[in-house]
Amino acid sequence: MKILVALKQVPDTETKIKVAADGRSLDPADVKWITSPYDEYALEEAIRTKEGKGAEVVALSVGGDSAKDVLKNALALGADSAVLLKGDGQGDAFAVAQIIAGYAKDKGFDLILCGNKGLGGDNAAMGPMLAELLGVAQANVIVMLELGEGTFKAEREIEGGSEIVEGRLPAVITAQKGLNEPRYASLKGIMAAKKKTIEEVDAVPATVGTQTIALALPPERPAGRKLEGDAAAQAQALLQALKDEAKVF
Amino acid sequence: MILVFCELKDGQIRKPSAEALSEGRRLADAAGRQLGALFAGASCAGAAEAAKYGADLILTAEGATLASYSSDAYATVIAEAMKAKGATVLLAAATAVGKDMAPRAAARLGAGYASDVTGLSFVDGKLQAVRPVYAGKAFATTSFASAVQVATTRPNVFAATEKAGAGTMETLAAPAGDFKSVVREILAKASGKVDLAEANVIVSGGRGMKDGANFKILEELADAIGGVVGASRAAVDAGWGLPHSMQVGQTGKVVSPTLYIACGISGAIQHIAGMSGSKYIVAINKDPEAPIFKLANYGIVGDLFEVVPELTKAAKALGIGKN
Repeated sequence: MKILVALKQVPDTETKIKVAADGRSLDPADVKWITSPYDEYALEEAIRTKEGKGAEVVALSVGGDSAKDVLKNALALGADSAVLLKGDGQGDAFAVAQIIAGYAKDKGFDLILCGNKGLGGDNAAMGPMLAELLGVAQANVIVMLELGEGTFKAEREIEGGSEIVEGRLPAVITAQKGLNEPRYASLKGIMAAKKKTIEEVDAVPATVGTQTIALALPPERPAGRKLEGDAAAQAQALLQALKDEAKVF
Repeated sequence: MILVFCELKDGQIRKPSAEALSEGRRLADAAGRQLGALFAGASCAGAAEAAKYGADLILTAEGATLASYSSDAYATVIAEAMKAKGATVLLAAATAVGKDMAPRAAARLGAGYASDVTGLSFVDGKLQAVRPVYAGKAFATTSFASAVQVATTRPNVFAATEKAGAGTMETLAAPAGDFKSVVREILAKASGKVDLAEANVIVSGGRGMKDGANFKILEELADAIGGVVGASRAAVDAGWGLPHSMQVGQTGKVVSPTLYIACGISGAIQHIAGMSGSKYIVAINKDPEAPIFKLANYGIVGDLFEVVPELTKAAKALGIGKN
């Protein structure tokens, strides 16, 4: 079995967002870059599959040289090889899906794993778009995956519960928190990864579907007020305020 | 034409779909376009209700092959309907189905896609969207480069507004079977409660809850005021047995309720990112310096184990949540 794991480099969740001078992108100063957490579940699932039933795991990222950090980490965790599809990394989900499809289409991958969304862009679009461009099955926001002979069974999170999706391989599966508990890289893994090279391939030309034309911080929230008194008085005051001022009830 | 994919539940249009449809009507009026509503399933009984939210045309694809949700089957129905009607805009609610199907349909239509939008308008004849990014730490204005434009609307943001439309009914063929993937079974929908992402009132607990069992007092308050219970990442990761589906924050659910009551939550950046879109925020925390108070419309400095039961008691006495 051949598995492709698509990984995205994103700003850490503790990042305080500052808008760059162009007014439409993130100011990269002081930003700590990490592998998108959902992609970590995808990678872990690929490595567990490799350990369980045997598989070749290829880690992939789209972007510039900085994305190599994500791939080095993937190699240290157990990916067999890593590919960087070189581009400016500025495209939207549709463009990235075209770039990955362009690379993956004739490589015989049985399974393509990625996060259900890239942290930050929050589009949750690349996976399903890639599935469509490759003409394969998809299952998104997955918390359990079972692979059969040419088939898969996955549990997908939905409103207030979950559902079981069954389908044929090849498939694009997008991971959700809960799928597994990602491991940390071992010293042995880190050392072994240093000996591996990251293959660099020029990204195929892609057309963007959308562009960010402005990025703004949310409006400041109005100053609040503290409710005084003992617990009973505070509770009363709160419900009255929610009823009379906020008109929530 | 603007086409809105709508979901039915128990023969009624789901609220997030009614919201998308209403926003579609507003856009159609602004641009002088027609509004179509599209339904798919084993039965589309109840689809006529779309006229109430301004649909000029109601398209229904009914058939046994659409009884269970299938990404490729539904994407096929939608893409075919878009082409047949020459529609250039597709909207759906950002629900589990909408978010699964819309990007796939967009790719088939060669269209750009904006997810979870909180604002829509037409600029130079094309859709333009405002959407939260970095889990709501910022908002991006998104323009489309493609001839067809696809967007999903965030639940609980757009108002569902009644406005009568012609509601001309038209049936579409359901696709033949043999799909690449299909839903076989739906699990654990027993609670019957709305999902956090669609909830109007959320009572959420953090590290200050001390134990998963203590969430019972939040359940009681939520029941009294018609809300659902959420949790911070600290609480979910604490090993208290709380499911990650309860998690609100950047690596959990991003929510936009009318009321968010944060109990024992300090207000880490990653949590704030997920709930700062709430209309009213209440913080209950014994630490007066907790960052959550900076966001709160109403702050209660106190012991949540005293305050929350008092709130439940007072809400019951006032008959709140019973309408």
